[in-house]
Amino acid sequence: MLSVNGLSKSFPGVKALSSVDFTARAGEVHALIGENGAGKSTLIKVLTGVYQPDEGEVTYDGAPVRFATPLQAQHAGISTIYQEVNLVPLMSVARNLFLGREPRGRLGLIDFRSMHRQAEAALRDLGLRVDVRRPLRELGVGAQQMVALARAVSVDARVVVMDEPTSSLEPREVRTLFGVIRMLRERGIAVIYVSHRLDELYEICDAVTVLRDGKVVHTGRIAELERLRLVALMLGREIADVRQEGLTKFAGGHDTEAEPVLEAQELTVRHQLHDVSVSVRPGEVVGLGGLLGSGRSETAKAIAGALPTDSGRVVVAGVRVRTGSTPAAIRAGISLLPEDRKAEGIVPGLSVRENIALAALPGLSRFGLVDEARIDRIVETFMERLRIKAASPQQKVGELSGGNQQKVLLARWLAMQPKVLLLDEPTRGIDVGAKAEVQKLIDELADDGLGVLLISSDPEELIEGSDRVIVLKDGAVVEELTGDAVTEDRLMRAIATAPAVTATATGEGTGPGGHDD
Amino acid sequence: MTDLTLGRVTADRERLLALLQEYGVYLGVVVLFLVNTVFTPHFLSTENFRTQAVQVAPVLIVALGMALAIGSEGVDLAVGSVMALSTSLLSLYLGYGPGIAVVVALVGGAVVGVANGSLIAFVGVQPIVATLALMVAGRGLALVLLPQLKDVHDPAMAELGSGDALGVPYVVLIAAALALLVGFVVRRTTFGRSLLAIGDSRPAARLAGLPVRRVLILVYVCSGVLAAVAGVLATARLTASDPSSLGNLMELSAITAVVVGGTPLSGGRIRIGGTVAGAVLIQLLTTTLIKHDLPPSWTQIAQAVVIVLAVYAARERGKR
Repeated sequence: MLSVNGLSKSFPGVKALSSVDFTARAGEVHALIGENGAGKSTLIKVLTGVYQPDEGEVTYDGAPVRFATPLQAQHAGISTIYQEVNLVPLMSVARNLFLGREPRGRLGLIDFRSMHRQAEAALRDLGLRVDVRRPLRELGVGAQQMVALARAVSVDARVVVMDEPTSSLEPREVRTLFGVIRMLRERGIAVIYVSHRLDELYEICDAVTVLRDGKVVHTGRIAELERLRLVALMLGREIADVRQEGLTKFAGGHDTEAEPVLEAQELTVRHQLHDVSVSVRPGEVVGLGGLLGSGRSETAKAIAGALPTDSGRVVVAGVRVRTGSTPAAIRAGISLLPEDRKAEGIVPGLSVRENIALAALPGLSRFGLVDEARIDRIVETFMERLRIKAASPQQKVGELSGGNQQKVLLARWLAMQPKVLLLDEPTRGIDVGAKAEVQKLIDELADDGLGVLLISSDPEELIEGSDRVIVLKDGAVVEELTGDAVTEDRLMRAIATAPAVTATATGEGTGPGGHDD
Repeated sequence: MTDLTLGRVTADRERLLALLQEYGVYLGVVVLFLVNTVFTPHFLSTENFRTQAVQVAPVLIVALGMALAIGSEGVDLAVGSVMALSTSLLSLYLGYGPGIAVVVALVGGAVVGVANGSLIAFVGVQPIVATLALMVAGRGLALVLLPQLKDVHDPAMAELGSGDALGVPYVVLIAAALALLVGFVVRRTTFGRSLLAIGDSRPAARLAGLPVRRVLILVYVCSGVLAAVAGVLATARLTASDPSSLGNLMELSAITAVVVGGTPLSGGRIRIGGTVAGAVLIQLLTTTLIKHDLPPSWTQIAQAVVIVLAVYAARERGKR
């Protein structure tokens, strides 16, 4: 359906793609994977007309084509769904669906009744029941993604490109999405699917193409490719290495004898948390398990003072900390690496240096004047220790890769010499190499005596990284896994079988039955 | 992501654009200066420089505070009214001596700043709305305090308005000193750094434990006090208090100077040097047109063109 031959694309100083062959066939879901920087985005942008190829040709429907603009590609039937939803938040769902091609009535005015009817039908096909007259922004991110999908599908697409479509979806929504993808496949549409989540790839995709350093290193049926082999291909490492170290970089096994450095007792936040107690000893990594919306992030935020609590206490190293105040928590030695790195973590326009020094600023100044020399020393130390890759300390953080942004944030908190680190999805959305580095770093930090609370949606990461796992469900603790019980199997079972505690603890978006295991 | 490489594709054009964004305002000042040197009679005279500098001083001082507000992803529309309020307070308290009167005027500016900052930081009102409220209220209060124009007869104030040291008017010296001070505050103090972080990403700043509310209030207090200083200096120069007209449309001139100077409205970045140049550029532009006997309406059109050019040059920056 859509293929490229001998495609090369260079940017000054970088060869992004070199003689790449890639074919997406009708009625096939084709996984496109590779580490960040492997050339996935560039390939997609060439396919969708954002970039022009330097060499090689694009063939669409048997004939060579050249898309000068994304619009041309769209008109030809190539739809793209990006990671971040790009719709108009204030307009109604229906208007978003039909933006630019609204059904017209007499006098050329928009025929709202017909538009609403069609919109409802289109969304119902995707298993989404919403009032299409409501503004889009009132929908959850997952539902918004479905609207984007509905839009892509309804423009009579013949090729649909999905760039990490599940990164902001809940498991239930992922199910729906997969249903839609299967439907597209049956209709004979070619789907190109980009994702970092191996489980998903194996579940939904037929074929796979692995890119590394701008070259195709493997292409074929996904069923014939073993998981470990796939990871090895992406990383460019031997299978033996990967197997030996496991899929994550955690060594595991920390000292768990000492008195707890963090004790959070009976934290309660209306509609969100219900009597959640967590304790972390120095040198220990405690995992917080549970599904999206189970109260993991809320627990971390409540401990860090970013979410006001109705009751409960937080004690750090024997001293009670005032809840509901971020500065108080930070002074007590609690550091939170927030889940949403882009919105709540980095300050994109400021330099690496300023970002690292941000939280430590009051301590790095005299009479309100910043001590530049000390900042330089600290920045240098941490950039080296955490192996932060930036052109210089003056480079804007917004220009760094996700992994390096995360390291900058870690450096920000380590500069505070915290006692407790709360890590909310520390490896989400960063490439495999950086992921391994961050995981190793977490291990090292625990070895240095920090108490670490680790939140991760990746069961493997949670199990291998944690000495103990506390499982949350509907805002309450349902089980604590210790010792030999820290296994993926036990985690899954705790999440799946534990009954919901009380109705009052049910948080928003965590209705019963909203989980798939 | 591979997007990193995207920037290099049109590197040369981008670099030119970047240079233009960075130094365009200075280029504008130089060009206007040269044009005037050639075409305007008596442009290169001490007297003319003096006049220009004295005229630009109040706008510049107000623009400094505005730059802080804009850097924090806000704006302060109340500055013109604060000037009016400060002139009223000055006249009312002049009986207690010029020193006390000036202090009272500045405190008035600070109080407006606290009100603005509290509305924004605690109540969560958008800066444009909060300061709009204070813009209306401030002007009203100024007129209540001093319903009509009043002459200011005070030797100290007269000296402040028209005296000089080594040939440089006090007014200009004060403006220059304040520009240096604000530049220093932005660059070297924790307040300045926090302010930029808050302007760039407020949630991140909050989670990093920065005293977001305190910083925001302080920003608007600074802006209020600076506007009050401008009000006092303007009163001293005019030797009269006119709360109904003093500072009218000053907020727009200040925003123009800040924006033309390359400070993005999206916050997170403050260019004090650019702001000074921006104020000078607008002043030179006005002078050029006036000296060549073009009607004032032309000045406004020319200002509009400059703003559009500045925003055009800055348009890439906002995307990040």
